[in-house]
Amino acid sequence: MSEDGTAIAADGTDTTFPRLLAGHARVRPARTAIREKDLGIWLAWTWSQVADEVRAIAGGLATLGFERGRTVAIIGDNRPRLYWTMAAVQALGGVAVPLYQDAIADEMLYVLGDAEIEIAVVEDQEQVDKLLELLPNYPALRAIVFDDPRGMRNYREPQLLAFDELVKRGRAYLEAHPGFHEAEVAKGRPDDTAVMLYTSGTTGKPKGVCQTHASLIAAARGDVGFDGFGPDDEVLSYLPMAWVGDHLFSYAQALVAGFCVNCPESSETVMTDLREIGPTYYFAPPRVFENVLTQVMIRMEDAAPIKQRLFRWSMAVAKRVGAKLLDGRASDVGFADRVRYFVGDLLIYGPLRNVLGMSRIRVAYTGGAAIGPDLFDFYRSIGINLKQLYGQTETAVYVCKQPSGQVKLDTVGKPLPGVQIRIADSGEVQVRSPGMLKEYFRRPDATAESITPDGWFMTGDAGFFDDDGHLKIIDRAKDVGRLVDGTLFAPQYIENKLKFFPHIKEAVAFGDGRAQCCAFVNIDLGSVGNWAERRGIAYSGYADLAQKPQVIALVRECIEQVNRDLAADPHLAGSQIRRFLVLHKELDADDGELTRTRKVRRGFIADKYGVLVEALYSDATHREIETQVTFEDGRKGVLRADVPIIDAAVAPSVHAPLKAA
Amino acid sequence: MTEHAHNPGRRIGDTLLSVDNISLAFGGVKALTDISFDVRAHEIRAIIGPNGAGKSSMLNCINGVYRPQQGSITFDGQRFDRMDPHRAARMGIARTFQNIALFKGMSVLDNMMTGRNLKMRTPLLLQALYVGPNRREEIEHRRKVEHIIDFLQIESVRKTPVGRLPYGVQKRVELGRALAAEPRLLLLDEPMAGMNLEEKQDMCRFILDVNDEFGTTIVLIEHDMGVVMDISDRVVVLDYGRKIGDGTPDEVRGNQAVIDAYLGVAH
Repeated sequence: MSEDGTAIAADGTDTTFPRLLAGHARVRPARTAIREKDLGIWLAWTWSQVADEVRAIAGGLATLGFERGRTVAIIGDNRPRLYWTMAAVQALGGVAVPLYQDAIADEMLYVLGDAEIEIAVVEDQEQVDKLLELLPNYPALRAIVFDDPRGMRNYREPQLLAFDELVKRGRAYLEAHPGFHEAEVAKGRPDDTAVMLYTSGTTGKPKGVCQTHASLIAAARGDVGFDGFGPDDEVLSYLPMAWVGDHLFSYAQALVAGFCVNCPESSETVMTDLREIGPTYYFAPPRVFENVLTQVMIRMEDAAPIKQRLFRWSMAVAKRVGAKLLDGRASDVGFADRVRYFVGDLLIYGPLRNVLGMSRIRVAYTGGAAIGPDLFDFYRSIGINLKQLYGQTETAVYVCKQPSGQVKLDTVGKPLPGVQIRIADSGEVQVRSPGMLKEYFRRPDATAESITPDGWFMTGDAGFFDDDGHLKIIDRAKDVGRLVDGTLFAPQYIENKLKFFPHIKEAVAFGDGRAQCCAFVNIDLGSVGNWAERRGIAYSGYADLAQKPQVIALVRECIEQVNRDLAADPHLAGSQIRRFLVLHKELDADDGELTRTRKVRRGFIADKYGVLVEALYSDATHREIETQVTFEDGRKGVLRADVPIIDAAVAPSVHAPLKAA
Repeated sequence: MTEHAHNPGRRIGDTLLSVDNISLAFGGVKALTDISFDVRAHEIRAIIGPNGAGKSSMLNCINGVYRPQQGSITFDGQRFDRMDPHRAARMGIARTFQNIALFKGMSVLDNMMTGRNLKMRTPLLLQALYVGPNRREEIEHRRKVEHIIDFLQIESVRKTPVGRLPYGVQKRVELGRALAAEPRLLLLDEPMAGMNLEEKQDMCRFILDVNDEFGTTIVLIEHDMGVVMDISDRVVVLDYGRKIGDGTPDEVRGNQAVIDAYLGVAH
């Protein structure tokens, strides 16, 4: 593909999603388009069935008085009917607004109001309850369509409508208005907004990112071309529908390439469903890969000694040669090692890939956060082609990808076809790409702040290109700070290094404008709990375990390892962690401490635990604190704890001159 | 949507089970003395009382495990001097136990399929071969069980051996097995014993949902007063094998004999 502006525009400006759907229904009507597991059975719908369902849903929306250009909220787990609703909304020239299904009612209120939602299509009673709770504050919501009727029999609110009823009305409407759907689809323009995805709101209120049919289709076409996806591919869609990653992967790319999307039975059964489906293309944030690996390691530690030894031997072989074989550099691998790897594949890697549901994977991607070296190597060494990509909601995740065979741990790959990247003087990465947003919804101020007058999107990430032309991202540009002595302080870089230890779940680093770097740590209850059990350390829960001296010693070892790593880097040696504490409570999105995409909200945490931060920067050896917590049912309670504060050893910098500064 | 009203009281029907003048003794120990009460269709009926009051004995009389010396039980218009467990099961009475009574080594799914035992129509040999009519039948049973799995939200442990599950989930599986028999009357013996608060809330929700969605009549024994008062339509109170109270939760709460039995009396 060419890099000049006009050719990029031509990529996606010829069609819309409803037209792509009609195309698949024509070209491959009997091929499976989507599956869902229900009552233990995988149900399948062909492209022509999907097109028919979408037509009926669109008819149903028309009976609700839905008008071109208006919005519909979509809230729930990944269900075929919710994806179809997206297509139906777009067929009528509307804008689909998927919301995070685990958001609490108050968080939804803002988005509903901002997007001027009048109709919401939701999965089940849980979502209906949240919306009904908001009705007094948001009376504009005039229709709530629910998919799963369970528990809904005694609801009498006039806004409620069962999905089946919507479809029934839609079919009746289509009979009375033949040609309605086709005429509406024909009116759609590629530069209409197709979907509005709300940014997670690490800073300020969430903003609605308006993506057009053209930009999403251009991005999806680029992706599909890059890795050669086609109708034979299978994906499992299990990430939140409101997240741009899932939107691209389960909707845009699926409609462009015509591959099959599989919806899991429930969020708890994803691992089982993954294994049953065996997708060929897989996308997950590092956290998911990490959880899977933690599970494997915990299970291995409980295995018989002989199995453990076999596993360790195989993994050592894999670590040495697996990635080379995967990258097609077989000439670098000796004959003996090739035989060993073959044996390992027969006994361990193959069965392990099968258990993980990754036997058929051709391409797996991760992105959105840094991935730990051990984690990344593990998957690649057992023969899973895991690669990294870079992008954001505003660029339809279409900026950089690692080409197969050119995978590096600490970069996010090369610019994709049609993407231009420049590094601003501030170190910020700026992008011009076919997948760029149209605007932030009704926020010209925010749009102007994010797009330069000459049309470059400001990512807000700090990074640079390495010698091979790969982009390397170090931190958010605004988060990169300095200690009082002028040493560079990249908090996320330090936090990520900490989080790569299986025992550490979250970390928050402080240091900007201060004399030294200090950190809060959250232990991983599963991993540390198992570690404690095997050592006969009794504990009653998170708060108790977190304060055990043995656990604190364990965390201290991790911190000191990170300090040694930092000491090796001339720019960061001065930002080693001097003091730390293990938090008495797990950071939680319900308490506002994490975003819905589970990124730590550093400023909020610094305010909320101000007492502890102050103690870190004093001589105190412990500090008492009271914390408000929100339980799952919405009640609030108070947690009291006396948190010990620990000094960590600092490694000598190998770069003496810089340390002296 | 159906025409059920918001107020659950209005859908309660005629008497489904009536217990008349039941007395049960083990040798010289009188477990139950002259107990009478009734259970109406679609109702949630609680039996409460201090330890040793005879609550479990009462359930055991209803489904025929114990044979009372006196009195009769009328279920669905048929009067019995003594029930026997097989007939009780065939007539649509299912129960769960105070101590979990599942097959620990079998999967959740298999455990629940055992609840369909009485509904299996094809001969044993055919069942073993999984051919012809049995195949169709078994698929139908599986479908019913899958509905219950979905209802109780235990999809993720469908194939897990029961012994490996947490206690609260095992209790849920036991409820599932009882439901698999499609009972008209469900006897729950301390369904929430030993559970933490969250598990109790979940179980309450499921009991109410079972009652609401399947229209199952429920008789339950429970110690947690908060739970009993919240979810029951009517409550029977036993003490030392005698009935000392019977009525709506509010009536029972105000009954002096009940207060005395629970809080003790000044002598």
